[in-house]
Formats: sequence, C-alpha cells, structure tokens
Amino acid sequence: MNALFLLILIGALVMLIVVVAFIMSINSGQYDDLDSPAHRILMDDDDPLIPGREVNNKNEDSK
Amino acid sequence: MTKKVEEICYHCGLDIPKGYHLAVTINKYAQPMCCSGCAAVAQAIVDNGLTTFYQHRTQSAETPEVLIPEQLMVYDNQQLQDSFVSSIDDNTNHHQASLILEGIVCAACVWLNERHVQQLEGVIDFRVNYSTHRATLVWDNTKIKLSDVLIAITDIGYRAHPYDPSRLEALQSKEKAKNLKRIAIAGVGMMQVMMLAISLYLGDALGMRENTYHFLRWVSLLLTAPVVVFASSLFFKSAWNDLKKGRVGMDVPVSIAILTAFTASLWATMSGQGDVYFDSVNMFTFFLLVGRYLEMQARHKAGQVAEALVRLLPDTAIRLVNGEQEIIPASELQKNDHVLVRAGDTIPADGIVLDGMSSVNESLLTGESIPVDKQKGADLIAGSINIESPLTMQVEQFGDNTVLSAITRLLDKAQAEKPQLALFANRVAVWFVLALLVIAVAVFSYWGFSVSIEKAFWITLSVLVVTCPCALSLATPVALTAATGKLTSSGMLTTSGHALETLAKVDHVVFDKTGTLTLGQLSLNETRLVQPNNASVLLTLAASLESYSEHPIAQAITVLSDERIDLSKISVVSGQGVQAVSEAIRYRIGKLDYVQDLVGRKRPEALQNLSGTQVYLASENEWLAAFDLQDTDRKESIQCIQQLHDLGIKTTILSGDHCTVVSALAEQLGINESYGDLNPQGKLQKIKQYQQAGEVVAMVGDGVNDAPVLAQAQVSIAMGKGAQLAQASADMVLLSENLLQVPQAIRTARSMKRIITQNFSWAIIYNVSAIPLAAAGLVLPWVAAIGMSASSLVVVLNSLRLRED
Repeated sequence: MNALFLLILIGALVMLIVVVAFIMSINSGQYDDLDSPAHRILMDDDDPLIPGREVNNKNEDSK
Repeated sequence: MTKKVEEICYHCGLDIPKGYHLAVTINKYAQPMCCSGCAAVAQAIVDNGLTTFYQHRTQSAETPEVLIPEQLMVYDNQQLQDSFVSSIDDNTNHHQASLILEGIVCAACVWLNERHVQQLEGVIDFRVNYSTHRATLVWDNTKIKLSDVLIAITDIGYRAHPYDPSRLEALQSKEKAKNLKRIAIAGVGMMQVMMLAISLYLGDALGMRENTYHFLRWVSLLLTAPVVVFASSLFFKSAWNDLKKGRVGMDVPVSIAILTAFTASLWATMSGQGDVYFDSVNMFTFFLLVGRYLEMQARHKAGQVAEALVRLLPDTAIRLVNGEQEIIPASELQKNDHVLVRAGDTIPADGIVLDGMSSVNESLLTGESIPVDKQKGADLIAGSINIESPLTMQVEQFGDNTVLSAITRLLDKAQAEKPQLALFANRVAVWFVLALLVIAVAVFSYWGFSVSIEKAFWITLSVLVVTCPCALSLATPVALTAATGKLTSSGMLTTSGHALETLAKVDHVVFDKTGTLTLGQLSLNETRLVQPNNASVLLTLAASLESYSEHPIAQAITVLSDERIDLSKISVVSGQGVQAVSEAIRYRIGKLDYVQDLVGRKRPEALQNLSGTQVYLASENEWLAAFDLQDTDRKESIQCIQQLHDLGIKTTILSGDHCTVVSALAEQLGINESYGDLNPQGKLQKIKQYQQAGEVVAMVGDGVNDAPVLAQAQVSIAMGKGAQLAQASADMVLLSENLLQVPQAIRTARSMKRIITQNFSWAIIYNVSAIPLAAAGLVLPWVAAIGMSASSLVVVLNSLRLRED
C-alpha cells in the first residue's frame, strides 16, 4: 500500500518535470521552426575541419 | 530536350547567349556564365569559400537582378529603422531585424546565406527559416551597418528586405506556443489518468480496498484539474463568445460535456459516491486540441502566402531636387515632388510623367500583362512597374490616396460584406444543444418524481456524459483535414476554414479572362508575308531585330528563330519598335505607324485585317511581313468548363477586355455567359446580382483588380502566379495553375460533404441509442468510455476514405 502511494507520487512528479521541460523548450523557441534544422544538418560544410580536405576538388556535380 | 553543359549558365541554368564567353573558376574548373550578374555572384561565392553550395543545391539559382547598393543604404535611415528594428540590449548596441529573403529555391540557398552573412564582422546571429523564407538578423550597430548586410546578401544573388514582423507573425507564433502547451498538459494528464482509470475499472470488477479506491480518485482529480482549467479554457472562451453573440457553435456542447463530466466527477470524489469520468474528460480534451492544432497550422501556412503583400509598393524613391538625385524612404514623398523612376523600378506614388518615354506594366491593376506606353503627361499608378527606360514623374497622390489603396479598401469592404453560409456543424450544434437540454430536463423530472432527487441527479449526469459530442465535434474537422490535405497535395491550397463546405454548394463559377482562362502570354497566332518564298530569312531578321527590345511583345517574336544575323546602328524606340541596319538597308519592326514612317506608303492588302496584337516588319524600300500575336488559352480550359457543366454548374466570364474578344473566347470554350468592358466595381456588381438571385458563386481570378471581386464571391480561388493581393483575399490558391483542379476540388468538396453527413448520422444514431440506456440508469462509466472512443474511431476512419479517391 505504501509502495503504491510512493510510486504514484513519483509518477506524478516525473510528469510535472516533463511538462515543465516541454514548456521551457517551447518558450525557448525550439518549436518555432521545425523544417530548417532537418535540412541544415545535411549540409556537409565541415570540409575545412577534416585534415587533407581543405578544399574538395573532385566529384563535382556537373549539370 | 537536354542541353550540353557549355550551353547553359552554371549558376542559374539559363541559356547562354550566342558569342558570349564568360566563365568563373569554381573548384578548379572554368564554368560558363550567362551574364555578368551571374558571374559576379558566382565569383563572390568562390571568394568567400562557399563553393559547397554548388554541390548541395538541388535546383539552379535564380538569375540575379542587378541591384544598386545605394538603394539599400536608405535602410540605415534612423526614422525608417524605427519601424522594423528592435534594440536587444542598450549596452552592447545589438540590434535585431527580420528580413524577407527572395530567391531561395532549395536548402543549399539557406546554408549559403547563413554561412555568408555569419562570416561578416559585426553580425552576431543570422538564422533563415527554410519554410517561410524569413530570416532573423542580430548585429552590432557599431561594427556593421544594416545596409552592409543587405548588400552582402545581394552579392551572392539574393534579395533581402526588412519587414515588420510585429503584426501577424508574432500573434501566430504566440498562438502556436500556447496551443502546444495546452496539448502537452492534456497529453500528460491523459496518460496518467488513463493509467489510474484502468486500476479503478479493475477495482470495480475484482474488488479494491476502500481507501485505495478513494486515493486513486483524488489523484485523478488533482491531475485532471489543470487539464480542465488550462487546456480546455480554449473551448470555454470560444463557447462564451458564441453565447454572448447569441449563437450556438460546436464549442457550446463541447464545453457543456467537459464541464458536466468534470463537475460530476469532482462531486463524486468529494462525496465518495457516484461515478468518475476523469479519463473521458482528458481524452476528449486531448483529441480535440490536436485537431485544432492541425487546423491552425494549415491556416498559418496560408497566412504566410499572403504576408508578402506589403511589398506592392517600394520602400525607397529617388527624389530630384534641383537636378540632384537623393534616395529617400517612399513614405516621405510629398505632392508635387519630382521623382526619377528607373527601368525595372516600381512606381512609388500616383502621378504624371514629366519627362521620358517608356512602357509600364499595369497588370497589377488591369490584369493585362502587356505594358502600356507612357509619354509626357500620362498618368502613372503606384505599384505598376516601369519596364523600358527612365521616367521622371511628378507626385500627385501618395500614401492612402493612391489607386492601389482604393482597391485595398474596396477589398476590405467586400470581405466584410461577404455572405457567409452557416456551417453545417454549427446548425447541427444548435439542434443538439436544444435536444440535450430537453432530454436532460425530462430524465431529471421523471426520476425525480418516481424515485428520488438524488438518484435523478446521478442518472441525468450520466445522460449528459454519455451524449458527449465527441463524435459530433470530430465529424467536421477530421473530414476537413483529410480533404484539405488531399487538395493541397494536388496543388490547391485551402486558406479558409469554410471554403470547402461552401464549395460543395457552388452552382455558378465565374472566371476572369486574362491569366486565368488564358495564360496572359502572347504567342504567334498568324504570320503574313508579302512575298511567301523567303519566310525563314524574314523570321530570322525579325527575331534578330526584336532581340534588342525588352518589351514582352518583342520576346514573343524573338523566339521565332534561333539564328541571328549581324545588325548595326541599332536604335530601340520605347513603345514603338526597333530599327537597325543590315547590309546597308534600314529595317524597322514594331507598331504600324512607326514602320510606315520608314516605308513611306500604306501597307499592302496582304498585311491588313489582323485581329490580335500586330507587329509589322519592313525595310526602307518595301513592306515585308506582319505578325499577329494573341494571348494563348490554357490548354485545359475547355476540359475544365466541360467538367463543370457535367457537375451541373453554370459558368461565366467577367473581364475588363473588349466585349468581342471576351465573347469569342466564351463561345470557343462553351461558357454560358460572358461580359466584357467591366471595371472592378462592375464585376463586383455582377457577382452581387448573382448572389441576390440566390446563387452560390465561386470566382477564379488572378489580378489585383480581381481582389475585391474574389472577396465578394462566397468561394474565391486565386491563381498561384497571380498578384499576391489577389491571393490574400482568396479562400483557395491554385498553386499548380492547373484549371482542372477546380472541378476536381468541387468533386472532393462534395464527397467531403457526403462524408460529413455520414459522420453526423452515425454520431446521432450512437447518441440516440445510448441515451435511452443512460436514461434507464444502465450505463457504467467504462461502458460509456468504450462507446465514446469507438464512435470517434468510426468517424476518423470514415473520414480517411476521402484521401483515397
């Protein structure tokens, strides 16, 4: 019986944390733009960081 | 037809003019460019180390316009900045502005802009929203000026202009955030309470200790309270607004259901007797909120299409003071100011031409895409575009007094007067609420007299809960969402909630002519030659001559031949034609009078009696040819009209064009009625006449002159490439530009209406059979919960059928 009380209270507490975290994420603007981040991650702009690949030269797309 | 790489511009994908050799070295390869604009942009991209752009783009970039940096300088004007710049922090001089970016075609463009601008000294942050093409810029005012950032964006081939986001968009993002929070609270509450509800049901069936039972109920109550107070407040507010106006919408029964179920459960928990319905309250709220959220997102998306409206008038103007040019914000223009309008610029105010000769595109106002010639003394309308050569104008009317503002006001008025058809759901809601109240009173009095008041109270509550209008309130939105989604995927964007329901009832479709039934582009209809044997030589000559003119009529002739002959002493006379010399003979192409001046005698009979827009070609010795150009019909027009007639719908053309042209087109397409020579007020009058005769009118149009007419019709459909003002006042936007979508949309709307009727019938059958059981006191809470979920599920599944056909 005591275990049940405890578990339900813990469950409610966890839910409270979830709601607060979600509201904070909304307020910080994480849900303002749901499309751009998905595209942004696909851009390989880390070439200068990879040794020996300062500027990529081959496999250029030719239209 | 595929072209070899050398023939098209590496940057924008356009054909490279013959004999043009310009290249930029990109990643060690020389790539061909079609113009100095593309070359400059490509060079800027290379110099900034951003060539990755070319690997990741999925579409060719737009051909950059040549922009004059001074024009952007005006945005540094403190007065102008007050309207769109906000200061984030006074200590650090950080400022924030929102920009609209033009020219973005794929994700690589977003990357290119972000990378390029973030590299600039003094830019703190620059983020581009891929779906809305809006950007947020934060910069340090002491290190960089706003105009420098705008020029940097221009360097890489895009156009950016500041806008004031405080109005619509700020409201929208607030609404969105609020709704998301509501969903979060309702969703979390639902999960928790459901879990407890299952233990309570099991406890009912298998037995449970008294204090555990009470404890579970109290926890459910505490978890449900925030859901009702915060998440459901949306429904209460809108129900209250409805009641204040003396109407009954769907939110009224929804609010009654939530409030009675919650109050009953609250009472049961406190008093320790009766049934609790916390799980139903939560589930109901959550599903309705999710439905509302989807609906809201579709509405916002449509709103963004309309947002660019602000751009009809330019921000800046070049004022001439004692012969000196100065760039000023257009809002500072005064009556009698002298303004220079360069070729390609938008005219900032109404006025008259003082000096210069050019042609002006007034399609915004008239819907006609063919430019109008303007000479000294001619009227100019704000918002129209100067095409060929610079004009000096004197300002007559500005700001709110322009013709454009007058149209906007007419539009607002028409929108306010638009006859609204009562929505089916709301009509049902009225009956539902009435029936509910009558039944509740009847049940209460029966049990109250026959058994006891207490028993009567519990049974009446269970009746009210069982009749929960879950299926009823889902019946319309789910079907609407499914139908809207289907239409959007086929290129028809629905921007207002009532559009589809009204579209199902439409019995008269009115079309605008130019740009709607026709393409609004000229093409060659007929060629008349004086001597038929040298046709190809003459076509090459005509095409070569016209290739020096920017006029749209000239472009229709330029494409007649791929070959070019060498010409010298070329002179282009705006609005008249082109003259050039080839092999010591002078040639002219253009208007009749202009060409006749060269030849010196009247045209021969072979070149007379042409019906459309005529272009003549002659040498100094003789007449050579005449070209007859006509607006081309959309090829699917006939089929569209045919299908509409098959659906039993009347069709009409209302146009500003000459009566003869309009009736000829009507006859050709088989349209019932046609009226020409109408101005916007005339069109508006016609639509009102039809509406007074009891017809439900849908209007399909494209121009700004159509905007008030679109607003007046019960359902309005704007063409996707039409004026933005027209789209802003339309209920639906035909993005695909395929007219066959119009009858298709009507068919979808009709089948949607059928599905909605089915949903309502089902919901009513469910309620009618559940009420007697509840009234007899036989319904247990878990039976009610299952019944409610099942009835909603049937409604959802039935609506999804709309996506299939």
